[in-house]
Parts: sequence; structure tokens; C-alpha cells
Amino acid sequence: MTHGSGAHRTVAVEGLSRVEGEGSLRVEVRDGVVQDVALSIFEPPRFFEALLEGRLASEAPDITARICGICPVAYQMSACAAVEDACGITVDERITALRRLLYCGEWIQSHALHIYLLHAPDFLGCADAVELAERDRAAVERGLALKRTGNLIMETVGGRAIHPVNVRVGGFYRAPTVAEVGALVEPLRRALDAAVATVAWVGGFDFPDVEGDYRFVALSSPGRYPIESDRVASSDGLDTSPAGFADMVIEEHVARSTALHARIGGRLDYLTGPLARYALNSSELPEPARQAAEGAGLGTICTNPFRSIIVRAVELVFACHEALRLIAAYEPPDPPAAFVQPRAGVGTGATEAPRGLLFHRYELDGNGLIRTARIVPPTSQNQITIESDLRRVAQAALELPDDELTWRCEQAVRNHDPCISCAAHFLDVTVVRQ
Amino acid sequence: MTDTRPTLAVWKFASCDGCQLSLLDCEDELLAITGAVTIAHFTEMSRAHVEGPYDVSLVEGSITTEADAERIREVRRSSRRLITIGACATAGGIQALRNFAEDGAYASTVYPHPEFVSSLDTSTPISGHVAVDLELQGCPIDRRQLLEVIAAELVGRRPVIPGYTVCQQCKGRGTVCLLVSKGTACLGPVTRAGCGALCPSIGRGCYGCFGPSEGANPEALAGRLLSEGMAPVDASRLFATFYVGNPVFGNQATALAASSETGLNEQEEEST
Repeated sequence: MTHGSGAHRTVAVEGLSRVEGEGSLRVEVRDGVVQDVALSIFEPPRFFEALLEGRLASEAPDITARICGICPVAYQMSACAAVEDACGITVDERITALRRLLYCGEWIQSHALHIYLLHAPDFLGCADAVELAERDRAAVERGLALKRTGNLIMETVGGRAIHPVNVRVGGFYRAPTVAEVGALVEPLRRALDAAVATVAWVGGFDFPDVEGDYRFVALSSPGRYPIESDRVASSDGLDTSPAGFADMVIEEHVARSTALHARIGGRLDYLTGPLARYALNSSELPEPARQAAEGAGLGTICTNPFRSIIVRAVELVFACHEALRLIAAYEPPDPPAAFVQPRAGVGTGATEAPRGLLFHRYELDGNGLIRTARIVPPTSQNQITIESDLRRVAQAALELPDDELTWRCEQAVRNHDPCISCAAHFLDVTVVRQ
Repeated sequence: MTDTRPTLAVWKFASCDGCQLSLLDCEDELLAITGAVTIAHFTEMSRAHVEGPYDVSLVEGSITTEADAERIREVRRSSRRLITIGACATAGGIQALRNFAEDGAYASTVYPHPEFVSSLDTSTPISGHVAVDLELQGCPIDRRQLLEVIAAELVGRRPVIPGYTVCQQCKGRGTVCLLVSKGTACLGPVTRAGCGALCPSIGRGCYGCFGPSEGANPEALAGRLLSEGMAPVDASRLFATFYVGNPVFGNQATALAASSETGLNEQEEEST
């Protein structure tokens, strides 16, 4: 709600909707100038980094999956990568390919959820997808079918759509057969068409004219649009390992939030997620995704946060196309998992969750027990940038009546698909500003 | 025309969002559900909010703060039927591991300023705070069971939800017993059915994510696991995950941990 009169105006949303988790936002305006903005996260902390201490490293994928029901594969994959790094293991490329297929399922499921159920209703003036379905049932059904296909991949490869059971450190418990994976081809072909139609659909929305000034950070993997990789890159020339990046990121604890605020070197705020991945890697997209992007008028970089919905749709095209490519080349890994001998050490793993870079770092003892854990989710990394966006978007929209300004400010947050459930509970920080 | 559809509200406490996502994961049925009920409060899905009272409230998550302990009482007051969904809401979730730690130890491990964080030293199920009409188990819940619960509520009957074990579901699927044939640690004999016995079907022992079955005897299973050569500390961890807050699993984990301290010390002495 918005209240205040004359010179002083306050926008306050106590319970942000259509985001994962519990947060609120507040914008203070004085004499036509936005003074203060705050995205507060009041999601109760669950202390994962503390409860991981003394657990077996082999338990990390299943335990950390429970941080987020929307992107459990991201947690499982970053956990596996970190533990394997600590133990000095490199897995067979067939295991890497099967992991990537599973991850494509999560991207499709999560992006379809965000585009159709959480984000699109904003652009069409609907409170939710139910109201949207009353107006355009075919669109919502297309989104649900896409989401279903993502879940189908997760069930086929991971055994279950939410908190998959087939993932283990080193690989999988069981490799699906060629026939099981082949059964995904038909649904994926339809999904690819639906994804292309999605790009055209969202490309026709009206977008507020706002440009962000972002420092983008994403994984990079030459020749591939990044999902998993051992290089982290930024728009200002950073190129480092996940471990090197983890060392640079300093998180700060502020009173209003149970999520830590992350900055590079404790100074530089940055953005991860679809806008960052696209800006740094759009040249690696396959032809159908590139064509769809071009058709929607997307350049090689997009800095309008509202247009992130188009970038997500382009990534849907990519994920469907990539899943089909991986299935065509599929050979069941045998054995389905590498043997991982525990050893004392420190390991870092980073992967691209649908909403941005997620890294895990574990210090293990010689028996494979976790001594310390550090988990940095995308929303902790994006929180400062989301607040900057909120300031910019509110300032540009001050002429709107109160209810519309409030809605616009909510959108500024939803543009980044924040996962507040993920962001609360983390931390392990080093520096705090007094 | 007055809207006579029953109202459904979805509430979140400390959790991962996965159980409420199960509702949105009913892709083929979602629009039928939203046709049969009015979604009155569901922040993950809608910015619309209808004031209570509500016919049915689905509650995800555990109680970990004073504010949430108060909020669940308000939810109860405004709900005709209150149904808890998932391990967090029914048992405290994985975050209930804090119940076994020293007071305040968790907050200071994670946060540099524990004083900014107002959190209880325990994670407790909703039933520890208010009366609950029905509990649906699972980490996460199974969406087919959720559909059954919603369908049953709409006509006012009891849902058909099994209380028997994963073991029985395995037999139904024809999966060869991992514990008997390979000595694989498996919680199937004491875990509630509902997932479809997924893990044994891929050669993995059940890890208990639907919580204890009716009449579970974890002590007997623990004895079997130890006789297969499993260290007590590892058996303890097996019981101490998503349902550690349920006393049936939690007490067994504690008992095994207590015996493992002796075991571990003996081992250390032998090796020195």
C-alpha cells in the first residue's frame, strides 16, 4: 500500500507475493526524490550451514536440496561439485551430460513457473495466473504444459520433481535407460515449440523504460551456454575459478534481513541470473534460441530488468533444445557414479540455478565429515542490486497513482525471480560494516 | 451471483516452498482446482488476498520464531479446517536438528550478528502450537496425495492416505529387498508409504523422507542395521534428517548417537 500526502510518500508492501519465500519492501520518497529503499527478508532462518557441520559430505546433496523446493537440483549439483572438488574427483563426461539434462529439467520447470504463474500476470494487469487464465486460458495451459515437461525430465532422471532422489556425490544411483530418456523426446519437441511461442508472447508485452547499470557475473564455458562450469566471469573482466570467486565475495549482515548481502571485495555489488548469463554468453546460444531472441528484439545484452522475462523465455528455448541434444547423444554412464574416496580438504562448486549463480564451499576432514560449510545463493548476491533497481524503478514511476506505483515496485523485485527461502539462512560472513 | 465455492488459503512458515509448490505442480489439475475453490490467500501464487475466515487452510513450514508462534494462532482462528503439509509442518523439518544443539549455537555459526536474528532455539511442528485437523506427510509431500486430500475436503470425507510402510509398497512394486539381498541400509521397514517406494527402485536405501509409519519399530531396525556392520554413528545420522523432530525417529537417533560415543572412543583407543 502507499500512503502519505504532499511531499512525503511511502510505498510499503508487507508481504511480497509471487516470489518464493517471505519478504517485504519499503520505499521512502521526499520532495519527489526517492530517499530510501529496503527489501527486507523476514523469512525465518533455518541455519543450514550450522546443521551441516559434522554431517557426512555424502549427505550434502540431499540436505541442501531442502533449502529450496523450486531449485533443489541447483543445490544438489553445487554440493556435488564442491565435495568432488574437495576430494579431487573429476567425473566421467557421460555423468556430466546426464547432470546437465537433469538441470535442463529444472530450468524449464522453474522458468515456466516464473514466466507464466509469477511474472506475466504483472504485465497483463492480473492478480495471478487464475485471473490470467480467465482471459487467456490457452496461454496458461501452454505454460503449465512446459512446466510439466520440465518436471517430467526431473522425474525421469532424478526420480522425483521436488527433491530428486537419484543424485549422489560422484553421479547417480541408477542411470536411466536409453528408452526411458528417449521417451522425453516427443514432449520436448512440443515444449520447444511452446518455448518459441513463449518468446513471441512475452516479447509483445509493454515494458517500462528503465535501464539498469549492472555488473554482471555468470559462469562461462566456451562453446556452451553455461549451466555448470569451472570458470566465473564478469562484465568488467573478471575470469576466475569458483574457489577464487568465493574468496572475493564478502557477505554483510544487516539488521533488516536474514539474508546476507554479498559484494565482490566487500565493495562491488553485482547481478547474477538470466540477464547476466545472457549478457556474457549470448553468443553461445544455439540457433533457435538466437533467432527467437532476435525476433523479440533482444540485442546481445539486455539491461532493462522488466525484459528479463524475454531472456528467461529465450533460456527456455535453449534448455529444451539442449535437452534434446543431450538425449540424442545419450549413453548411460557405467558405472552411474564415480567412486569418491574421502580426504581432508576444501572444495568449491558453482552452478547456475535458474535465478543465478549458486556456490557451495565445504571444508572436509579425512573421514568425509563436513567441518565447515558456506552456501551463497543467488538472492543474497542480487539483493543489493534489486534494491538499486527498486530505487530506479520507483523514481521513474513517481507520477503513477499510489496503487500502480506499489504494483510497479513489486514488479521491480519480481523481475529478478528472488528466492527468499534460499536467501535466508546463510551466511558465514567475514566483514560487517559498523 | 454470490461465489459459493469454498475458500482455500495457503500459509508458509519455516520451509523450502516445496510442499506448496506441489500444488502448482498439479499442472493438469490446477485450473480445475482453481475452478472448484476460491484461492483466498496464497502469496506464492497471487497478490490478491481475501480476508478470512477460510474453509480450508494448508500450512507449510515449522515454527521457529515468536512471531510465527503468534501468526499460526491467528491462522487457526481464521480457519475452519487446518491441514499441515510436509515434514516441516508436521515434525519440524531438517531445521529441527537445532533442537539437539546447544542453545544459540546455530545462530552464531551462521550470522555475525546473532542479535539481529530473532529466532527460537527450537523448530517445532504446527501441532505443538494449535489443533491440527489433518497431517499430510512427506519431504516433499506427494502431489497425488495432496490432490486426494483436496478432493476429500471438497466432499467432506476422510482422505485415503496409507499409514503402512515403504516396505509394503516395495513388495507391491516387486522390488527386490535391498536390506536382505545386499545389506543396504534402508529405512523402508519403518517409513510411511506415499512416495511410491522410489529409492529402493533405483538401488538406494530409503532415507525416511515420509517419516515414521504407523506402529514403526525403529529399535528393531537399528539392531538389524548394526548387525549388518553399520557404525552406530552412521545409523544415528540416518534417523536424524528430515523427521528428526518426530520422536519416533529422533529418539532412535539420540539412542544410537549415545551408543556411538562409546563405540568411537573404543575405536580411537584401539588405533592409538
